[in-house]
Amino acid sequence: MSDEIVGDVTQMNMIQAINSAMDVMMARDPNVIVMGEDVGYFGGVFRATAGLQAKYGKARAFDTPITEIGIMGVAIGMGAYGLRPVPEIQFADYIYPALDQLVSEAARLRYRSAADFTAPITIRSPYGGGIFGGQTHSQSPEGIFTHVSGMKTVIPSTPYDAKGLLIAAIEDNDPVLFLEPKRIYNGPFHGHYDRPAKTWADHPGAQVPEGHYRVELGKAAVVRPGEAVTILCYGTMVHVVANTVEELGIDAEIVDLRTLVPLDIDTIEESVKKTGRCLIVHEATRTSGFGAELSAQVQERCFYHLEAPIERVTGFDTPYPHSLEWAYFPGPVRIGTALKKILKD
Amino acid sequence: MSSERDRANLPPLALHVPEPRFRPGDEADFSDIVVPPAGVTRRPDTADAASSFHELAYGLVRVLDDEGNAVGPWDPRLDADAKRRMLRSMALTRAFDERMFRAQRQGKTSFYMKSTGEEAVSIGAAMALAGDDMCFPSYRQQGILITRGYPIVQMMNQIYSNRADPLEGRQLPIMYSSKEFGFFSISGNLATQYPQAVGWAMASAAKGDTRISATWCGEGSTAEGDFHSALTFATVYKAPVIFNVVNNQWAISSFSGFAGAEATTFAARAIGYGIAGLRVDGNDALAVYAATEWAAERARTNQGPTLIEHFTYRAEGHSTSDDPTAYRSAGEPNAWPLGDPIRRLKEHLIAIGEWDEARHAAQDLELAELVKASQKEAEKNGILGHGMHQPFESMFEGVFETIPWHLKEQQQQMLDEQKAAGL
Repeated sequence: MSDEIVGDVTQMNMIQAINSAMDVMMARDPNVIVMGEDVGYFGGVFRATAGLQAKYGKARAFDTPITEIGIMGVAIGMGAYGLRPVPEIQFADYIYPALDQLVSEAARLRYRSAADFTAPITIRSPYGGGIFGGQTHSQSPEGIFTHVSGMKTVIPSTPYDAKGLLIAAIEDNDPVLFLEPKRIYNGPFHGHYDRPAKTWADHPGAQVPEGHYRVELGKAAVVRPGEAVTILCYGTMVHVVANTVEELGIDAEIVDLRTLVPLDIDTIEESVKKTGRCLIVHEATRTSGFGAELSAQVQERCFYHLEAPIERVTGFDTPYPHSLEWAYFPGPVRIGTALKKILKD
Repeated sequence: MSSERDRANLPPLALHVPEPRFRPGDEADFSDIVVPPAGVTRRPDTADAASSFHELAYGLVRVLDDEGNAVGPWDPRLDADAKRRMLRSMALTRAFDERMFRAQRQGKTSFYMKSTGEEAVSIGAAMALAGDDMCFPSYRQQGILITRGYPIVQMMNQIYSNRADPLEGRQLPIMYSSKEFGFFSISGNLATQYPQAVGWAMASAAKGDTRISATWCGEGSTAEGDFHSALTFATVYKAPVIFNVVNNQWAISSFSGFAGAEATTFAARAIGYGIAGLRVDGNDALAVYAATEWAAERARTNQGPTLIEHFTYRAEGHSTSDDPTAYRSAGEPNAWPLGDPIRRLKEHLIAIGEWDEARHAAQDLELAELVKASQKEAEKNGILGHGMHQPFESMFEGVFETIPWHLKEQQQQMLDEQKAAGL
C-alpha cells in the first residue's frame, strides 16, 4: 500500500534504498535528523548515511560519542523538543546499553504523560548473521523489543520495502525499531553460504522509486502464494525460505511479516486457514523468540484448521558461534527438514 | 612470574565497603564538614574557560552568612519582592508536602515524596531560569512547578489519580508532567532524564533557539551510566544545559559514599569532562539562584554546560515507604551544619527589614489554608481508588497514537470478562 509515487524508479540495493529514505525525509522535514557512531562525515560503517552530512549539514547528520544510552536518551530529548530523530545503533548487538532509555523511556513516554510528551523516534540498526560477524555482530534481538509495550518493530526484506517502511517509520509518531537484515544489504541471500552471492540486480524488489512513498506499517506481504503450507518469516529468512521452497518444489505460501508489532494477524490467519499447515522461520534464538508468539497466535486462531503441529526453525539457544555459523543459521537443510515433517501426512 | 611466596610479607587485600559515620543511636556530629564563610568564593566571568576555576568544584558557593546578610560576589542582588516570592514558594512547597504526606497516611493515595530541607534547590533554580526554559526533573523538584505557578490542585489530582488527573491515572503519584510549564514527564527510573535534557538542549542549539534546559538527579544517581553519557554528550556538543546534582547525603538508605563521596565531590565530576563545575550551599536559596543564573548565562552564550552540586540534606525519609530511623542517626537533620533553607531566607529578609515574624506566621497560616482548600477541591474529583475514576477500557489508550488490533482485542476480552463476572 503506497502513496502516489514521485520521481523515477531506479535499481537500488538495500543500503541505497535506506539512504534514499532518509534523504527524502530530511529534504521534506527540517525536523528529521540522523546521528550515531560513525554516521556523520564517514556516512556509517555500512554507508547507510553516506552523503547526508554533506547535503544537510553537521547539525542534522552527525557522529556521536560511543554511548548507546546517550544516543537513545538524547534522541528522546530531541523528540520532546519537536525533532524527529533517526538514531543509528551501529549493530543490533550494541543496543543493550540503550535498553532502559528505549524500554522505560521512549516506549512509555506517551502513556505515562498522557501524550503530553511523545517519542517520534526511529532507531535503525543492522541485525542478523551470515556475515561471519561472531557473537557480537550477528544477533537478532527483535523478540526482546516485541515484548515491550509502546514501541513498534519493523524488518524489511527488499530495498523497495526498506525505503517505504523506513519512511513510514520516520513519519510515525511512536518509537519504531527498524532492524535491517545486513546479510541482504547487497543482495538477496539464497541460504547457501558456499555458492556465489547474488546481487539485487534482477530482483523486482530492487526497483525503487526515487521519491517519497510509504509502505504501511503493520501489513505483511504474501511474497509467494501457495496451497501446501504457510511459512511465516521476515528479513533475510524470506529469501532463504523462498529459495528452499523453489529447490524442493513445494507449493508453499510465504508470508513476509515486514512489521512484527503491530502484527498483520489477518493475513496470517487467512493463509494458515487456507493451507492448514504452518512453519515459522527466524534467525533469532528459539526460546521466547518471536516465533513463540506467532505459534501461539496461530494456535489460538487456526487450531481447528491445522493438519499438523506448527513447526519452528530458528537459531539455536546458544550465542552466535563464529566458525560454526552455518550450522547455527536456519539454512535450506533445516528448513527443508521441517517442511518434510509438516507435510508428511 | 610472581608467586604467592614472593608476596608472603604483604598483608592480605581488604575490600573497602563504605560505612556512614552515624547509625541509629549515634550522636550526629558534622563538625568536620568544611563550611567556608559566605562571600569568600570568587565568581568567575561567565565567559571564562571551565579549566580556569577547578577549585569551585571543591569549595562551596555561599551568599547568606550566619547573621542573615547576603554577602560576596555571588549575591544575586534580588529585590525584596523577588526574595519574598522565593520565600513564599518555599513555604508553600513545604506546606504542600506536609498535607500530601498526611493524605497518603490517611490512605487517600499510594505514595508521596517530600522535599523538606531541599526546597531551595528547586525554587532557587526555577526563579533563576526563564519561564520557558525546559526542566528535566527528578522526583523531588515539585518546587519548580510551584514556583512556575502550576495549579496545586492539579498536582493533587495527579497524586490522587482521580478523574481530573491530567495523567489519567497512569503514573505513580508525584511523577508530574507539564509541557506547558516546561516540566518534562518524571520517569521514576533514575538519571534517565539526564541525556534527555542534553538532547533537548542540543535540539534547541541546532534550531538556533534561545531556550536552554536544566536537569536534576540525586547524588546516588550519578553512578548511573545515563549520567556519564549525558556529560559526555554535553561536553562534546557544548550543549546549553545545566546539570544539577542534589547531594542530599542519602539515596534511600545508602549514604553518599556509595556514589563515591568519600573520594571527591560530585561537582568535581565536571572536571574530567571539561565542563564548568560549581559546588553550592544547597540550603542557601540565594546561592542556588546565583549559581543557576551564572550557569544559565554560560549556556545561553554558547559557553556550554555547567554541573552544579547542591550540598544539602534530606531532612525526612526517601518517601512514604521509607523509615530513615532504621538506618541513620535521628539527630542528623538537626545537626546538619547548613541549617534550614526556609529559616535562613526568612532571617535574611528580617535582617534587611523586609519581613518580620508576624508576617511569616500569617503567611504560614495563609498557605496552610490555601493547601487545605485546594485539597478539598481536588478531593471533589476523587481520591485513589481502583476503577473509580478512569473507565477500565482507558488502560489500553495512549500506548500508541492509535490503538492497534491486539490492544483492542485485549481491551474487549477484559470488558467481556468483567461483564461476565458482574463487575
